[in-house]
Formats: sequence, C-alpha cells, structure tokens
Amino acid sequence: MAVKVLNPGLSTTVQDLGRPGYFHLGIPIGGAMDRLALRAANLLVGNDEGAAGLEAVFIGPHLEFTRDALIAVTGADMPIKLDGEEQPSWTALKVRAGQVLSFGFLQTGARIYIAIAGGIDVPIALGSRSTYPIGALGGFKGRAIAKDDELPVGSAAAGTEGRSIPKALRRRPGMPAELRVLPGLYWHRVTEESHRNFFDDQWKVAPEADRMGYRFRGGRPLQFVERDQPFGAGSDPSNIVDSCYPYGSIQVPGGTEPIILHRDAVSGGGYFMVGTVVSADMDLIGQLQPNTPTSFVKVDMDGALKARADRAALLDRIRSVFD
Amino acid sequence: MQNRYSFGGDEHLFVECDESMSLEAFFKSLSMTNAVRDSQIKGVTEICPANASFQIKFNPDIIRPDDMLREVQAIESAASKTDPVIATRIIEIPVFYQDPWTHETLMRFRERHQDPKATDLEYAARINNYSTVDDFIAAHAGSPWFVSMVGFVAGLPFMYQMVDRPRQIQVPKYLRPRTDTPKLTVGYGGCFSCIYSVRGAGGYQMFGITPMPIFDPEQKTSYLRDFMVFFRPGDIVKFKPIGREEYDHTVEDVAAGRFAPAISDVTFDLREFQKDIDGYNARLEGMINGR
Repeated sequence: MAVKVLNPGLSTTVQDLGRPGYFHLGIPIGGAMDRLALRAANLLVGNDEGAAGLEAVFIGPHLEFTRDALIAVTGADMPIKLDGEEQPSWTALKVRAGQVLSFGFLQTGARIYIAIAGGIDVPIALGSRSTYPIGALGGFKGRAIAKDDELPVGSAAAGTEGRSIPKALRRRPGMPAELRVLPGLYWHRVTEESHRNFFDDQWKVAPEADRMGYRFRGGRPLQFVERDQPFGAGSDPSNIVDSCYPYGSIQVPGGTEPIILHRDAVSGGGYFMVGTVVSADMDLIGQLQPNTPTSFVKVDMDGALKARADRAALLDRIRSVFD
Repeated sequence: MQNRYSFGGDEHLFVECDESMSLEAFFKSLSMTNAVRDSQIKGVTEICPANASFQIKFNPDIIRPDDMLREVQAIESAASKTDPVIATRIIEIPVFYQDPWTHETLMRFRERHQDPKATDLEYAARINNYSTVDDFIAAHAGSPWFVSMVGFVAGLPFMYQMVDRPRQIQVPKYLRPRTDTPKLTVGYGGCFSCIYSVRGAGGYQMFGITPMPIFDPEQKTSYLRDFMVFFRPGDIVKFKPIGREEYDHTVEDVAAGRFAPAISDVTFDLREFQKDIDGYNARLEGMINGR
C-alpha cells in the first residue's frame, strides 16, 4: 500500500523519535521537532508512539490514499480536508481508498504531524526512519517528499475512528512564547549586565528558523568579558575552540542573534553558548512561527527537572485517553 | 589543567578540558571519553569528544544530573593517574592540492575572502610565512594530524597538526561563509584542517580535494560497507600529495571497489611523542602499510 504525493507542501519529511547514538560522528538525533504531537498522532491511530509519520512545516501536503486507512493530524492549527471536506484535528479519521487529504492555510503553530495506521514504512537507517537531508540519510530516499512519490505504509490492525485528544492536553507555546533556559556552558563569557538583559529582553523568531536551529532577533547585543583569545579559538570574542553543541544550546555569534540548535543540530562548532533550553520546552520551539515574540525564562536544574516531570505527566495523561 | 564542568540543560554534561587548543587538552578529552565509555554508566546515551572538551548526553530519568557529574569527576581523578597512551590507527589520505574543482569554487566566492586577488593557498602560504605555495603544501602534508573531533555534519573530521605550536599553521575562515563547497574538499580554518564529507556551505579555506569518500549513507563504497562514516576521533592522518593522473585513477578504483585506504594500527604515547616530535612522527609514518 502506498500514499501518493500530489503536492509535497513546503518541506515535508518522514520523522519518528530519532536516531540517538551517532552525534559523536556528526549525525544528529533528528526526529519530530514536536515529539508530543507525533506521539499523540500515533496513539490516535493505534501505532507505537515512535512510529514514523510526516512532519510538514507551514504548508501541508496533498496526499492521495490508495487504500482505506486510519489517520490523525496533530500539532499546528491548519484546516484538515478530506476530498475538500473539513475534518477535526487531533482526532482519528477514517480515509477511504481514493480520497485526497489536503490542508488549508496555517493558523497557529508551525508544524503538523500526520500519522497513518501502520506507520510510514521506509527503510530503517541507523536505527531510525527520520530524514536527515544533509547526509541524504533515512526518510524517503534521504530527502523531503516530492510530487509523485509513493510512500510505503506498514500494515495495521483495524483501529478505532473518532477518538480524540482533549484540547486541554494539546500543548502549545504561549503568546509571547516562553522558553525555559538553564544558563551555563560559556555563560561566564558575557557580563552580568548582559546576563540580565538576555532574560529581560523580548526576542522575536527570525526567518532563519528550521530543523537545525531557530534564530532570534530584537534583544540587546551581549557584551563580552574581556580576555586574550585562547590559542585555536579564533579572533572574535564570541569564538571558542570548536566544541560540542548540546541539543537546545543557545549560541550567539558575534553576541547579537541567539540561535537555538534543534533536532537536526550541527554537532559542534566555534561559537560560545550562553545556556540550554530545557528538554521539556524543545517541543514548543517546533511550533514557533517567524516573528513570534519570545522570552527566555531563567531556571536552575531543579526547575529544569520539574519542567521535565510536568511534560512526562502530560504525556501520561494523553496515554490515559486510550486506556 | 583542571576540567571545567557545566550542564547543557537537563540532558547534557559539558566538560571543557582547556580553553586553549593543545594536544594535551585533546588527549585528555579523548582519554576521558574512552574512560566514560568503559565505565558503562547507566543512563548515558551519547559520548562526544571534541577538540579540547567533550559532552555526555544522559537520561536524567535514569541518572540524576548531580550523580552524573560525580561519576565523571571520579573518572577525571582516576584518568590523571593513567598513562597517556591510546591504541588507534594511522591512515594515509591522498590529496590533489590545487585541484580545478576547489579552484573554480574559490574563484566564484572571491568577494567573501580576505584577499580577493590571491587563491586560498597563496593567502595561507603568505600569512604563515612560506615563500611559495609548494613549501606550504609540503608543510601541510609533511606532518601527521590527529582527528580531534568528528562532526559539525555527518562524518566531517577536524584535524590538529602534530607539531609544536610555533610551527602550527593558522588561517582565518572566510569573511563570510560560502554557500558551496565541493564534496571531499580539504579545508582549513583556525588551527584545524578538515575534509568536507558532503557538498554544502562552508567557511574554511580550500586547499585541495581527496578522491577518497569518507561518508557514504548507501554504504556502497567497499571500505564503508560496515559503517557509513570513515573517521573516528583519535585517528591519525597523513596527507599524501597526488597529481591529476593519480587522482583520476583513484576515483576509478573507488568506483570499481578496488581502492583500499592505507591503514595501520598504532599505539600513540603522548610522553614519547613530546620527547622527540619529529622522530616520533617519522616512526608513525613508517608504519603506514607496514612500510
């Protein structure tokens, strides 16, 4: 069975929960940017939470189904249509052979997740079906889907249509968006005044925002603590001897525009970092549109672990919908 | 030098062995990441060595961040008592310096360069006080290099020159990064050489190209069938200058599955190396293919 791509959207890729274990060789974990949304979509159609689905950013694809299927669309708000007729989001939908799934204009959020019962059955590469386009690895032929592709779908037991995730359990960034940050890494490289400004200022998502990283603008430039640059670091005060980059780490080249590295992060480089977005808030970044006002909120490790526990509790509540 | 520890959010422990790049800092990073791997701490999901630092990714649901920190600090005190010796491999990498493909690319991006009237090699030779490009190439290919980090993108090696600091080549990156770099370009930025594993954007100066693929997601290249990434942190590399003819032959041999990189297993001892760098390097090079 296959799903035929009539129109791929802007950039639609096969994603699951990623391929840990190869970052030391420059291959990032990848996988859905908004992992809660992918997990929820899979649960709705009766898949394993980590089954591969489609992640579409800003513009949805048009897909023709060659066989009856159970699907669900979660994540951003974007009208969902079957043969032109609007359908509920975060809900298991029955699709008949020959029907076409399409989407209206994006309203809020940035990325939708399309799960199909049985999962997208592309070959597993290094333990995952996620697409890593720079390395031409995983996904559908190592790239975003294109017109006339036929996506293989695994077999599935008959699922239940009509089940839905209650609105209260659909996590969304606020307005302004708030991202919790644990300061650290090379935080000591900037002055105390800049420490305060970084958290006081309101930033905006820049147009340069993708699966590798999200750039922000609008806050005051960071001032560096003076030093003689160490051997091998490069001449700019924002340079360091090339180091590893944590997922969620915030680098600020030249001290001006913070960049948060996301699931398809480069694994290292020569820019200092002021800290790291807590793991619990990584999903939210995947739903930020350019120009979204954003505040960074300072937390300590206890705050980071509390956020993590809250997110885990939310996932448990989503799971309990299906008990 | 004492490690500096910091958390990268709730899932990463970041450890800086030294602010400055040196073989000692790299060696400490490599031996500590080896020790962390051997200790099989529960909850560790990724162990990433870098040039003078390293990073451990862990699952805080399995090991609390403070416990993770204590485990790695305990390894630091144990590691300071062990011999600075690693088992690794030395690999000969053929390089076609001044090739037509990187030349075409660098000419296209001349306005992003510090010295638009010179080539990348002419510029690098001049600022490192070599009187000719050939002398500079002889220096680049004249000593072995440590793969001090694999990353940025899939399979890209950062390499650190195994000479004393006054002889170390240093070249700034392009003023503005290029939007294109040929696949397998041998590049240079700061004090690191690299090989671009895939085509794409890049800011390193371009010196030449190797005919030898180092990343193959389809795993069709004969020596990449077991694993798609060629380099590992800690590998020792020796560049071998080749001309157009040998380049073309090697490309054909790779395509036909006949090419096998020259690789030998070696033991590297940092103290012995520091006693006589040139003599130690000459012995290392002698071990390529058991020559």
